[in-house]
Amino acid sequence: MDNNSILFQAMVYLAAAVVMVPLAKRLGLGSVLGYLLAGILIGPTVLQFIGTEGQDLMHSAEFGVVMMLFLIGLELEPALLWKLRKAILGLGGLQVLITSIIISAIAYFLKLPWQSSLAIGMALALSSTALVLQTLAEKGINRTTAGRSAFAVLLFQDIAVIPMLAFFPLLAIAGLTPADVSVNEAEGWIESQSGWMRALIVSGAIGFIIIGGRYLIPPIFRLVAATQLREMFTATALLLVVGIAVLMSSVGLSPALGTFLSGVVLANSEYKHELESDIEPFKGLLLGLFFIAVGASINFELIMNQPLLIFGLVLALMFVKAVVLLVLGKIFKLRVDQNIIFSSSLSQVGEFAFVLLSFSLTEGIVERGYVEVLMAVVAISMALTPIAFFLNEKIVLPFIDKRLSSNKTEKEADAVNEKNPVIIAGFGHFGNTIGRFLRAHGVKTTVLDIDSNRVEFLRKMGFKVYYGDASRYDILLAAGAAEAKMIIIAVDDPEKRLQMIETIKKHFPDLQMLVRSSTREDTYDQMNAGILHIYRETIDTSLRMGVDAMKILGHRAYTAQRAARTFFRYDEQKLKDLSKLRDNEKEYINQAREYIEELEEIIKADTKQLHLVKDLGWDEDSLIADEQVKKDE
Amino acid sequence: MAKVLILFAHPAMEKSRVHKRLVEHIPRSADIRFHDLYERYPDFDIDVPYEQRLLLQHDVVIFQHPFYWYSSPAIIKQWQDLVLEHGWAYGTGGRALAGKKFMHAISTGGSKNSYTEEGRNKYSLADYMLPFQQTAYLCDVEYLPPFVIHGTHRLPETDMDLHALQYEQMLLALVQDRISKPEIESCIYMNDLVPIPNAIQS
Repeated sequence: MDNNSILFQAMVYLAAAVVMVPLAKRLGLGSVLGYLLAGILIGPTVLQFIGTEGQDLMHSAEFGVVMMLFLIGLELEPALLWKLRKAILGLGGLQVLITSIIISAIAYFLKLPWQSSLAIGMALALSSTALVLQTLAEKGINRTTAGRSAFAVLLFQDIAVIPMLAFFPLLAIAGLTPADVSVNEAEGWIESQSGWMRALIVSGAIGFIIIGGRYLIPPIFRLVAATQLREMFTATALLLVVGIAVLMSSVGLSPALGTFLSGVVLANSEYKHELESDIEPFKGLLLGLFFIAVGASINFELIMNQPLLIFGLVLALMFVKAVVLLVLGKIFKLRVDQNIIFSSSLSQVGEFAFVLLSFSLTEGIVERGYVEVLMAVVAISMALTPIAFFLNEKIVLPFIDKRLSSNKTEKEADAVNEKNPVIIAGFGHFGNTIGRFLRAHGVKTTVLDIDSNRVEFLRKMGFKVYYGDASRYDILLAAGAAEAKMIIIAVDDPEKRLQMIETIKKHFPDLQMLVRSSTREDTYDQMNAGILHIYRETIDTSLRMGVDAMKILGHRAYTAQRAARTFFRYDEQKLKDLSKLRDNEKEYINQAREYIEELEEIIKADTKQLHLVKDLGWDEDSLIADEQVKKDE
Repeated sequence: MAKVLILFAHPAMEKSRVHKRLVEHIPRSADIRFHDLYERYPDFDIDVPYEQRLLLQHDVVIFQHPFYWYSSPAIIKQWQDLVLEHGWAYGTGGRALAGKKFMHAISTGGSKNSYTEEGRNKYSLADYMLPFQQTAYLCDVEYLPPFVIHGTHRLPETDMDLHALQYEQMLLALVQDRISKPEIESCIYMNDLVPIPNAIQS
């Protein structure tokens, strides 16, 4: 088979991704590093399935970034923007500005022309939206203060790319011949226009996107949606993104700007979610391809020749970026642990650097030799990020945690004299409802939480909150576990809950435990640990929804309510029965499969065992039958 | 004109034959308020200020429900316990309901004869209503004779329809204040004021 056929190529990429990504995730390294490793694996250095076309591939894979900006635009609701305005403008703006200035200054100091220095400074100030957002989401920290701040900075950077791209042509150095103009052939006609004509065309195109997005696109989608063909909708969504990209590049603007803009315009349309779910898989695959291309295009020969220079640059660059972020985080009052996550997560250089660097090559701003070195630096810095996350998580944060919490407990230990009868571990959306409820009824509670920002806020609100890992003996002791009557375990993490249960059983056997549980699996584990008071977090809510559904369908409220209570008791009993059954067959191979099997069993049992609620006390049938007998006699 | 509040209590309305008909025949009128307690408070969580406001807005309060174990369904008791507060409905300063009228509209499986000294229920229906009557007395509320449908377990559906019409007429008479004091004093059941001709009963 021809090694260059599209199918063969597709097979190589997909196979590499399918092998490496799950492997990397399994090792806790995240999917992005998996893609990068896949790229290195099939690249020129190792298996040589793809050679120099890695660079070209990157151009097409950049389309994944374009799609991502479309999706980011879609997500940009004015309310969210407003909420994050300080972080976006302040934190993001200062980060880009200061980092650009410092890096430019260093480059200029290294005797590069000022134009090149400026371009390099701007390109390297950016971080990787694709990499960071994906990693933050995978690690489940995208909703913490660090995650939100990182998102704000990335957002500002993504928007800043647009004026940067517009600004770059002004930096062109007369002496440098624009290299490799073949990519720009399509833009030829616009180059020949006079200055004011070009400005007119560009603003016309942007106006077209804004007005078209508001008034033209929704009716088109309505028509397409009326065909009831899902693939037509997908095709239209793709056409929209591709069309805008083509339009933008034909007038010499960044496709990313165009799609981002149309995303924002469509953020309020009724097709927002449909568009999101249609574009999302393409974005994911193309971004994956993009990361593979980055991996494949790492020029190992160059690195081998100048290892010290390249790695020195990478480390220096990441150090500078991280320090700037750390200082800004401090100014913006992030807590130490959150600040470390925040600044280390954004210390790499992002995918837009590739775009900007190759753009500056074609525009003749930076010399080819520098661009190649910088490309390698950027790729390595991206490859290092998941590893940095990993080290952060396993070594740095636990260390900081320990120091923070030991400080805290020492400082606050005297305040525990109050001896509150109830300890609440975890004050997220689950725990805070319980805490507020108890507080409203004058029950004194001591709260333990590991989000330091939340702790600070709650303290301001007059809650007695301790920062710390509630599965640790010393923290529990400091919180008064020895004197308290009960502990409410409401933390998010099931593992942590089990750890807490063990610690409490061992050191505080008299402390009553009321434990939140998430899945059935979780509940079984807690049952096995001997917990009597287990609260499944969704059962009440879903039954309440069921009751309302019945009411809306016209059933009597009281009947629906009793039916739900019956179902609840039945389901709890069923859970106990199944937990006994489960102990007999300890070894299950596949958890997902196990869950399906169990669900099947539950549903089967429902049809067999769950009789319709029959409140016989209110049933007249037997009385009527009696009367009938009497009458017949 | 009088304003009538019907406090309806049936925990299993789906199974009801008599009350379904009665409810259907309640006249649509601005002066009659139908208030379904089990539907409104499936968790027995009675909104006391709301209920008290409703009482103040009406002149006649009818408790409509099946007769369970010689009394009302549970929610009526809950309603009484919570709504008829000391200092509001009775006791010192408790005059909020003075001058109003309470009555019951009930259905029972037992026949009229079974509610006599010789019958198996031994006492009259009025005897069993004594706690409600005394409650009314304590609140300075006039207690009207009940509207009763007997023998529901063997009642033909056509007769149920007749009783529903009877209920409708009685309600209209109450709203229009057409029932005089001597008339009320003379009857055992409110039904007697709107008699159904024997000829059309099965």
